[in-house]
Formats: sequence, structure tokens, C-alpha cells
Amino acid sequence: MHHLVIEGWSHRSSPLHARDARAKLGVLLVLLIAISTTSSQLSFYGYALLLAVAIGIARLPLFGLLERAVLLLPFIATFTLITWWSGQPVRALAVFEKSLLSGIAALILVATTPITDLLHGLESLAVPRPLVLVIQFLYRYLFVLSEQAQHMRMAARARGSRFHSAGSAVAVLFARSWERADGIYQAMLARGFAGRFYTVSATHFHVADAAFFCAVSAAVIAIRIAL
Amino acid sequence: MHIPDGFLTPPVWGAFDVIALPAVALVARRAEALKDDRNLPLLGVMGAFVFAAQMINFPVGPGTSGHLVGGTLLVIVLGPAAATMVMTAILAIQALVFQDGGIIALGANVFNMAVAGVLAGYLPYRFWAAQWRSAAIFTGGVLSVLTSACLALAELLTSGVPMSRRILMLSLGLFLVSAFIEGAITLAAVRAIERMNPRWVPRLEPAGSRVMGVVAIAAVVLVMGGILIASAQPDGIERLVGGGSPVWSHAPLADYQIRGIDSPWLRRAGAGAAGLVLIYGISVLTGRLLARQRSS
Amino acid sequence: MSAVKVRGLRYRYPDGTQALDGVDFDLADGECVALFGANGSGKTTFVLHLNGLLEGEGSVEICGQHLERSTLAKVRTQVGLVFQEADEQLFMPTVLEDVAFGPLNLGLPQPEATARAAKALEQVGMSAVIHKAPYHLSAGEKRRVALAGVLAMEPRILVFDEPTTSLDPPAQRDLVRLLQALPQSKILVTHDTGFASILATRAVFFEHGRVAGEGTVDEMVRRFHWSHV
Repeated sequence: MHHLVIEGWSHRSSPLHARDARAKLGVLLVLLIAISTTSSQLSFYGYALLLAVAIGIARLPLFGLLERAVLLLPFIATFTLITWWSGQPVRALAVFEKSLLSGIAALILVATTPITDLLHGLESLAVPRPLVLVIQFLYRYLFVLSEQAQHMRMAARARGSRFHSAGSAVAVLFARSWERADGIYQAMLARGFAGRFYTVSATHFHVADAAFFCAVSAAVIAIRIAL
Repeated sequence: MHIPDGFLTPPVWGAFDVIALPAVALVARRAEALKDDRNLPLLGVMGAFVFAAQMINFPVGPGTSGHLVGGTLLVIVLGPAAATMVMTAILAIQALVFQDGGIIALGANVFNMAVAGVLAGYLPYRFWAAQWRSAAIFTGGVLSVLTSACLALAELLTSGVPMSRRILMLSLGLFLVSAFIEGAITLAAVRAIERMNPRWVPRLEPAGSRVMGVVAIAAVVLVMGGILIASAQPDGIERLVGGGSPVWSHAPLADYQIRGIDSPWLRRAGAGAAGLVLIYGISVLTGRLLARQRSS
Repeated sequence: MSAVKVRGLRYRYPDGTQALDGVDFDLADGECVALFGANGSGKTTFVLHLNGLLEGEGSVEICGQHLERSTLAKVRTQVGLVFQEADEQLFMPTVLEDVAFGPLNLGLPQPEATARAAKALEQVGMSAVIHKAPYHLSAGEKRRVALAGVLAMEPRILVFDEPTTSLDPPAQRDLVRLLQALPQSKILVTHDTGFASILATRAVFFEHGRVAGEGTVDEMVRRFHWSHV
């Protein structure tokens, strides 16, 4: 499955994997903003080169990554085609390249940073703790519940699904989810929960991370200005 | 409906990142102020539930099936503030784990689906849940999807994605169909959940008259229509076609000036911001109205 | 010294069913007792009273201390409950964060909490997965990590609710060896009579919310026909 493949990649090691999540996030934002504010074909080539270098340093499988990127295409393709048919082929190509480059850049971030590290990074970047915790719990139970839904889907296929029975399936999923949340709460209480979650922060911002951020951002800005 | 990066222009995504994300942060901070994290796992699990529920097929025609979007279901079960947080979490995971939706476009997607979509889904329920229960749930589903989709369309139009009248009508037609499907699915799901355990679907005391509900819903629909029409301004698209490259990277067009604002960048951002402020104002006012009624 | 002393415990569910109807129970220090009974007989409901997750009528004493609102926090450090659903017990995104959850709630500073977590994981033989996500663990590994999360609070009494559910025979053997090595007093709620006969010196049989019999595991199995052949 798509996300499992990427998750597997995120746990490898490489100079890029070793960088702090915040530094990588910062670089991604600078890059996305740069891509969004330009339409120069040359700069797109520059960014594509930068991304290729990143993929190389991160030791990510190029074709595997491009395979994942293909999943980004449906929405991009639709509006690219609409723009093309409206008589703006230049703009259509620009939009296509921008979207693809942005998508691949984001893909590289999540392929080199475990989601849990990313979330810890977000928390220290002033994203409110309750929101980060909700995302954390969502991620924890995402695949557990999805597997349950998968089983229900197969069972429904065998029985022949109807609208009414689909509603019941959703209700059963809901019931199990709510009861699971009750169970989680009991488990929390049993281990002394008294109203507050404490996070174990494991991230440290080193000189290497600062250097990485400054160097790559400078490269991005240079490409933006020069090309 | 999840807008990827690369489509929205800086004025548009910038405006939404600046307004929508802090708005959600405010909701989250209020949760923090309650000093009890007890419900956070429940919200997370409910978010995971929505993902899982989206895998269930609802047959809507020969060979076609619809899926739950979930904003209205969440707001009915959890209330608007919690639903907004859960939807935001869902959008964040969709962007990061599944690359569904962009990163700098997150503000726009959050506004469309976690703020406006949630509020639009809540509106009919708040006013009609007491007496017109099924209609309330159904209309909530319809309004929620319609609002999110129209806002997304408006943002794309404002960013200069060209759409002919025919394509626009086709898109709106598709949105209406999805909206009605969501209404039907939400209704089926909420009813089934209620049957299983009534305490999972909270009952609300009647808030104002049903007529006020009709007025409020009509207002939302009108605003949506207005925003769409404004975004699809022919002169806006013409100027972009004439320019050939993004307008903001050129010097201000000599033959177009608006009372001191002669940078098209600013004008476009201004239009976007004005639309935003309008929607935001309606949301805040509605929220205040509802809060006052609940406490009375 | 008595580890657990329960007298006259009654509990009624919100819907009116009398789940426990006057239960007396004793657990001596260092003892291992198995709880048998049909589904719905009250075994799980009973153990949920031992750390105050449920509040019924009657008296519950843990390590000589009466269980009430004011002593709840202390009792929860003395009674470690390993739930049947490991996925509901491992709710943090990584193993380390989950096992450190208890110590952090006890007010320990982060370095100490993580040290305790590491020690507990070593005790259950799960040090290798310390940074993994619970989703990637097998049922047996999840069970052991859940136990580590409980051991990290250094309880005097361990309670297990159906610990061998979904464990294959090798994982079951590992669990038996692990439990044999732990010095705490133990209560095992289980259907697995083989598992119980290896570890428990005594068994209590629940029926309709009451204790219907007590004796050795073999005696209970024979008396209540509690085998699957």
C-alpha cells in the first residue's frame, strides 16, 4: 500500500533522514513558496535538479518515488487539461510542472521523516498541542480502523451491498470506534492519567540542521532570482 | 476537492493560510484552556473512523457508488468546534500521508472543509433538528459539500484557472450530485448510529424558528453563488489571457486602476480577502447567534 | 500481608443488570489466582473494581488500603491492569512513548521516565522495538509491550484480562515464562485452563456475578466441566 511504502522509506538512514524535521519542513516551505511565485521554465529545471539531488542524497529509489508521484496526477491532469483546452498551453504546462514539483518535494519530506517526528516538530513550531495530539491519535488508529472497514467491505461484497446496509456498516464501524475510544480512556486512567498528556520530546536542533536549512534555502532563492 | 499545491496563486493561498490556520489554532487553544485532554483520543479515533468509513461503498446507480465525506456526520455527533479540529487533523493526515491536498494550500483546504464546510453542515441541524430532523441532517450534508466545493472552485477561479461557462456548469452539476449523495449517505449513517445507541447523537434544544433556519441556509447559498460569480469575472480571466504569464510578476497594467490600488496582485488579493472576510463575518455572527441562544 | 481484600462487592450496570452480586475475594501477597467463568459472569467487571475504573458497593482493600476517591491515584500505581485489547492499551504513537506514559503521569521527569520505560521493556524482552509504532507489532509483542507499560509503574499487583487471546503457542509459551519470572501477586482472568494450571495456585469460579466455587485449577475445571472436550 502507498503509505506503507513511504513509511518504510522514512525509517531508513541517510544524511537527509538525519536532519531535524523542522529544518526539512522549513526548507519545504521555502521551496513551495518559490515554486508558487514563479513561472520561469528555467527555474523549474533548476528545482527539478535540486529535487533529484535530494532524492540521491536520501538514497530513495527514483522510480519508486516517481511511481508514488503518479498518484498525484488525476487532479493535476484534470485542471491542466482544462487550462490547455481554454487555449493556454504555456500556462497549462507551467501549472503541471508546478504541481508535480510541489508534490514530489512534499513526497521527499515524508519519505525521509517519520510521521511521528514530523508531528513532534510541528508541536515545537507553535502548532497547538491539542491539535497535534488529535493528529497523533488519528494516525495511531488510522490503519487499525481501516483494516476493520476493509473486512466489512469484503463481507458486504459477498452479500451484495445496498444503500441501507452500507449505512448499517458505517454505524457498526462508528460503534466499534466509540467503544475503542472508551477502552483507550480506561487504559489511560489505569495508568494514572490525570487530565494532561505529557510528550516525550526527542528532537534536537543541531548546527548541521541550521546549516542545511540555510544552504538549501539559499539555493532555492538563488534559483528563483537568477533563473 | 482537495486542492494540491501549484494551482493557487500566492494572494489566494497566502490569504487563507493567514486567516484560516490561526482561526483553527484559536479553536484548538480554547480546547487547551479546558485543561482536560480526556477527549483528544476520542477526536483522533473519530478522525480515523471517518477515513475508514470512506471505504464503505454506498451504491447510487448502476456501477457507481458514493462514499461518505463525513463533515456533517462529525458536526452532528461532536459539535462544531470538535468537528473543526477533527476535520483539520484529517486534512493534515491526507496531505502528509496520502499527498491528497497541498501543503501551502492547506489553509484553503482547511477553510473550505474544516471551517466553512463544518459550519454549513451544522446550520440546518441547529435550526431544524428538533422538528424537521431528517431534512436537517440531509440538508446539512448537501450544504456542507456544496459550500466546500464552491469555495474550492472560487479559489481556483480567482487564481486564474480558466473555466468556460460550460465547464463551470458541468462542475456545479457534479457538485450538486455529490452534495445530494452526501446528504443521503449522512442521513442513512446518522439514523443507523442513532438506532444503535441514541446517546451517540446528541439532542439539541430548539434554537430559534425553523423559518430563521431557512433564511440562514438561503443566505449561505446566496453568498456561495455570489462568490462564484465574482470569482468567475470575465474581465479577470481576460486580463490573464492577455498577459500570458502570472500577473503579479509584471509591472501593474497601465490601463487598469482602482482608486489607488493599481497593483493587480493587491487587487486580486483584496477581492479574495473581501470574500473571505464576508464568509468569516457570517460564520462568526452565526456562531455568536447560536451561542447566545444556547445560553439563554 | 493481604494484597487484595474484597467484601460484599455489588455492581449494577446503567441499564439495570446486576453484574456483581456480593463478591468476596482474597489475594495473598505473591499469590497467583485464576478467575474462570462464562462470558458475562462478572470476571472482567470484577477486576475493573480493583483499580477503581468501576465503583460499586462493598469494600475493596488494596495492600491494606481502602479504595476510595482519595486513594485512587495511589491504588492505580499499585494495581497494574493489562487489558484484553492490546490496541486500546498501546495508544501512543511509539512504544517508548507508550511505556513512558505511566511514569510521566506519576510526575517523574522525562529522563527518569524514559529510563524506567527502557528497563521495563528489557524485562519483557522488547528492547528492540522501542522506537517502533505499535501498528507494526505482532499480537504477542503488543501484549508484552502493554505489560511493560504496566511494569514501568512498578505495581505490587498485576491483573491480566484474557492475556492469551490471539497468541500463537510460541507467544503463549513466552508469556508463561515471562509471568513466571515476575514476583508480583497476580490475577489471571482467562478461559485458557492450561495456561492457568501452569501459573495459578488457586482458581475462583464466577457465575452470574457471584463466586460459585474456589479451589485449585484442576478442581474448578472438574467441578464446573470447564474444558472444551
